Amino acid sequence: MALLKLDNTTIRFGGLVAVNGVNLEVEEGEILALIGPNGAGKSTIFNLITGIYPPSEGDISFKGKSIAGLSPYIIAGRGIGRTFQNIRLFGQQTVLDNVLIGAHTRGNWNLSGALLQFLPAVRKEEGRLLELAIRCLTKVDLAHKAYELACNLPYGEQRRLEIARALAIEPALILLDEPAAGMNPQEKQTLLEMVRTIRNDGVTVFLVEHDMKFVMGLSDRVAVLDYGSKIADGRPEEVRANPAVIEAYLGKGAAH
Amino acid sequence: MFLQQLINGIALGSTYALIALGYTMVYGIISLINFAHGEIFMVGAFVGLLMVSYFKMNLFLAMACSMAFCMVLGVVIEFIAYRPLRKSSRLSALISAIGVSIFLSSLAMMVFGANAKGFPDSAFPSHQIHIGDADISTLQLLIISVSALLMLSLEFIVQKTKIGKAMRATSEDYNTAALMGINVNFVISFTFALGSALAAAGGVLVGVLFNSVSFNMGLMAGLKAFAAAVLGGIGSIPGAMLGGLLLGVAEVFGVAVGYSSYRDAIAFAILVLVLLVRPAGLLGQKIQKKV
Amino acid sequence: MYQYLVNSIDPYTMQILVNIGIGIILALGLNIITGLTGQLSLGHAAFMSVGAFAGALLTIKTGAPFYLTILLSGLITAAVAAAIGWPILRLTGDYLAICTLGFAEIVKVVFLNLEVTNKALGLTVPAPNTTLSMPVTVLIVVILVIIVSVFIENSRFGRALKAIRDDEIAAESMGINIARYKVQSFAVSAFMAGIGGCLYGHFLGYINPSDFGFLKSIDMLSMVVLGGLGSVPGVVFGASLLSAAPEFLRFMSQYRMLVYGALLVFLMVFRPNGLLGGIDFAALVLRKLGVKPRGAAHEKQGGH
Repeated sequence: MALLKLDNTTIRFGGLVAVNGVNLEVEEGEILALIGPNGAGKSTIFNLITGIYPPSEGDISFKGKSIAGLSPYIIAGRGIGRTFQNIRLFGQQTVLDNVLIGAHTRGNWNLSGALLQFLPAVRKEEGRLLELAIRCLTKVDLAHKAYELACNLPYGEQRRLEIARALAIEPALILLDEPAAGMNPQEKQTLLEMVRTIRNDGVTVFLVEHDMKFVMGLSDRVAVLDYGSKIADGRPEEVRANPAVIEAYLGKGAAH
Repeated sequence: MFLQQLINGIALGSTYALIALGYTMVYGIISLINFAHGEIFMVGAFVGLLMVSYFKMNLFLAMACSMAFCMVLGVVIEFIAYRPLRKSSRLSALISAIGVSIFLSSLAMMVFGANAKGFPDSAFPSHQIHIGDADISTLQLLIISVSALLMLSLEFIVQKTKIGKAMRATSEDYNTAALMGINVNFVISFTFALGSALAAAGGVLVGVLFNSVSFNMGLMAGLKAFAAAVLGGIGSIPGAMLGGLLLGVAEVFGVAVGYSSYRDAIAFAILVLVLLVRPAGLLGQKIQKKV
Repeated sequence: MYQYLVNSIDPYTMQILVNIGIGIILALGLNIITGLTGQLSLGHAAFMSVGAFAGALLTIKTGAPFYLTILLSGLITAAVAAAIGWPILRLTGDYLAICTLGFAEIVKVVFLNLEVTNKALGLTVPAPNTTLSMPVTVLIVVILVIIVSVFIENSRFGRALKAIRDDEIAAESMGINIARYKVQSFAVSAFMAGIGGCLYGHFLGYINPSDFGFLKSIDMLSMVVLGGLGSVPGVVFGASLLSAAPEFLRFMSQYRMLVYGALLVFLMVFRPNGLLGGIDFAALVLRKLGVKPRGAAHEKQGGH
């Protein structure tokens, strides 16, 4: 059974059909990349999965249960973490606090916990969350910057911090929206290895990315979106050779 | 009876609308709730009163002077209290606006005293007209027609002139407007001038209508006008007009059916109810979540 | 011992100190919803009013012990806030602000028309039924409210509030139930306003619904923003300064409010983030402890 399943998922904004009857399955433990030209609807698919938009038609199921139309916070609680294309960190807060916010669903103590934070049970939970946050920061190599303000990090590190924050949900599935955007080749290589480690730690990865070299080197499977519809889906080398993809997306010169 | 109350409501509502327009225009351009706007309305009423009682001007000339004075006042306030804060958090600008408001109302109390002043009877010799069973005063007709005239002129300026186009562009997207070579500072000053002139006219009209001008008249009128602007959909000029008229009519009818002691709550009750059903106001645009 | 200290301070100074204390309680309350959760409330005086009248009526009708009265008036106010919070907190930004303002005006007018609040005449509040004197009580409550504020800021609950303030969509994607936290923080905020109002009423001995109008809400907001939104030391400082300012400005008698207004503009123009805003006290402490200071590089966020 697929971990995530998009079943004829469609969304319309007014007259515009941004995502049109997409069927897509994400298998447990794989790295799946979604590619396509600008405006093809890739980020919209992520926003549909995470509940920011409810689908106009069709269904989305996660771990066999429908999540279509649920609020984003419930979907996050079920185990889907995400990053954003236009970085949405809590800029005026520290790196550590950003990840602690990501760990929100891993805790239970609320207002009462705030007022009774001297109780051993509350302190134990707080310690556990802190440990989790440091562990996530270590995975993206940012633990040494825990007390800096998020907005003071360089761009590439901000992208990695978003990944750490999403990992703190301890998700079964992580959605990465253009994780390599704006990075130099070295940073991309580091990121590539980090994403592999994340997958090897048992998190399924679903990413949107423009950098072909990055996608082809990392993914187990690639799906292609064009004008809101899926036009191809398969192993990287298959997709690379698919004439429809070459025409729609890669262009004649890019087929090597 | 119904017709009479309706006219009363429209007269009151058009003064709310005049003030509401200033709120909505300023908000549309710099997203600031200009809490000093109610005080500009109050200053406008006092200037009009001075012109009529000391300089013996006729009412229309006095209103023109008052509008001119408040235009300058509005521009000066923006320059001193809001412009330095344009890059800061909106709350800072809001507190600054509140400071201006406290300053102006206490200044007015020092200069004019705590008691309400009235316009001399000669300011506008009003008489009653009978239409059916309704007694309608020429003063109410004056208020309605002057307000309508001012709002039509505003609509003309905003829709048909070059500066109006610049205003609309700035309100659509501040940064892009600046990049397109629009002098944003001038547009903002101009918006404050326009809004203040309308509030001043409203002040003079209300002063004559209730025959009472006082240092604290700006607070409640300002709050209700702001409520009217939000009711109509803040940032929307037709919305402010509609909101003002609706609140004025509702208030007058509420009082007529016996809720006079709840008078000041009527406007806000309607506002809260409407926002619960239409969170962006009657004519406001629904904001699409951007991710 | 406190009692001795209290008796040694002259009544006039004591009155100013108690006013400052009540100001701190109110401002820290407002800081929870506006400073931490980022939701502008322009009607907090209404909660102060609910607390003041609830407290006064409890003392008049039941003669309950004062500390119980304080607690109950806070809880009643919090319940009122939660009830109105559910529908209105889904509004965003300035629409929410105007709704709180409208709600406050409605509360004021309703209280002005109710028999039980003695309509426009207001209520005379009898002296509280307590062994400790008023200044000591206020001091204890101030200390408790400061502790609670610091606790909330540094907890899972407080982190969720700050996440909502900074970016609602990101917060929601991290599993934070925005509606629930907004209502909860609104209720906590109102609780503090309620106990502040209760203390205010018993200290003054007389309350009138008109005392809790828009200007009172604005007073509270000015304290929070002037000191530094979201910063507990800042808010305490701002509340102390503005509660005491009218007394310091008393020598100018009639010019007092004029100067007060000009001062607000002046301070905002020169310190837009508040007097103590933008100073990170935790970072100062960390630096003292030898933790590496943060980098000065200021990278701009953005995507494409």
